[in-house]
Amino acid sequence: MSNSSIPGVRAETSVTTAAQPLDAPVALGQARSVGEVLAQSQVEDVIAELDRDLVGLAPVKARIRDIAALLVIDKLRINLGLVSESPSLHMNFVGNPGTGKTSVAMRMAQILHRLGYVRKGHLVAVTRDDLVGQYIGHTAPKTKEVLKKAMGGVLFIDEAYYLYRPENERDYGQEAIEILLQVMENQRDDLVVILAGYKDRMDTFFESNPGMSSRVAHHLDFPDYSVDELVQISQKMLTQQNYVFAPDADAVFQRYLGLRVQQPHFANARSVRNALDRARLRQASRLFADRDRQLSVDDLRTLTASDFAASRVFHQADVRSDE
Amino acid sequence: MMTNQGNRLTQGQFSYLPELTDKQISAQIEYALGKNWALGVEYTDDPHPRNTYWEMYGNPMFDLKDASAILTEVNACRKTFPNHYIRVTAFDATQGVESVQMSYIVNRPKTEPGFGLTRQEIGGRQIQYTVHSYATDKPEGERY
Repeated sequence: MSNSSIPGVRAETSVTTAAQPLDAPVALGQARSVGEVLAQSQVEDVIAELDRDLVGLAPVKARIRDIAALLVIDKLRINLGLVSESPSLHMNFVGNPGTGKTSVAMRMAQILHRLGYVRKGHLVAVTRDDLVGQYIGHTAPKTKEVLKKAMGGVLFIDEAYYLYRPENERDYGQEAIEILLQVMENQRDDLVVILAGYKDRMDTFFESNPGMSSRVAHHLDFPDYSVDELVQISQKMLTQQNYVFAPDADAVFQRYLGLRVQQPHFANARSVRNALDRARLRQASRLFADRDRQLSVDDLRTLTASDFAASRVFHQADVRSDE
Repeated sequence: MMTNQGNRLTQGQFSYLPELTDKQISAQIEYALGKNWALGVEYTDDPHPRNTYWEMYGNPMFDLKDASAILTEVNACRKTFPNHYIRVTAFDATQGVESVQMSYIVNRPKTEPGFGLTRQEIGGRQIQYTVHSYATDKPEGERY
């Protein structure tokens, strides 16, 4: 500092620069340890939020933690002059219905934006119809429009295997796939593509499109929820909608779930939501019957055991056990 | 007396600077997106300064959020019309403004023939002046 050369100004500034106060954050460009980088980025908040809001889904959380760790280490590398490419982030979500593929894809756009890997963080969710045209020459502009809208964010293609229909030669899905492949490779920094679908059909899709398979770096499995996890999910859903279980309703619902998971067409979280909606209907009917009763907050909020016990799942079980 | 060597068209913003690189164009597009302006791409081969309305290359991109998508459009226009003047405009739609806020040329023909001064003598030996572009001596499509 050359202030001391100005007449009348004493060199006071030199005193303050001698000792850094202990709690001053290290500049991000000077960080040398993981803690210093974490103190100045949103990474820990993102991970904590994820742990809190998503029940189960261990492989998904583990992968996101890895991506976040890579981000932090990349920053430290940049500080020491080691520059590397940003990683390929295209993902594939496979799992049974109702396991949270679409919900996680929505959050992924937000997460990647907060981690700094995508620029704008918006999500464009499409299915086959938004990419494939009905006549020759229709597909390419349609797909390109969708891709342009998604740039800077995440493109989520639900039921991606419908793009490929080998049995119909007048199908233009292959063209859409070609355009996707090109953009996924050449504009990796501008766009993240997330495919989603059921495991067996996605496997067939990737086998017939090796180009797609090699561009997707992260294959995430969405396992079925356990009964405990489903109970947790139901608690979250109820709290969100201002309902509570009556003390005995808890156990009845758990029994219900134990029976329901063994029945066909079980769609994990979606089935739980349907069950809770049916319980709400039964509660409404029960309260509706009594015209003159003044209803309190507790009356309106509580789902009792009878609201769940009326389910035919229990009746079917009884019938079977009679045989 | 030549003040504009090479007849570079100096219409719009940044026209006295060297050609904008793709990175610089991206930065300008990001600025316009940050202000919620709608970006459009226009082209023409008639360089006269009174030619305000150029041909539009597609609709204004109200729904695109990212500069890389818009740059793709610009580059597609450059590939389709490599020898035309191409400009990027940013339109501010807020009430009371409703006008173009930014407009800069991103592509030029390789040689620009420039302008000449036309004098027309009218009654009473008065002279009326106008500017005439040498490019328009040739028909459209054959100018550059």
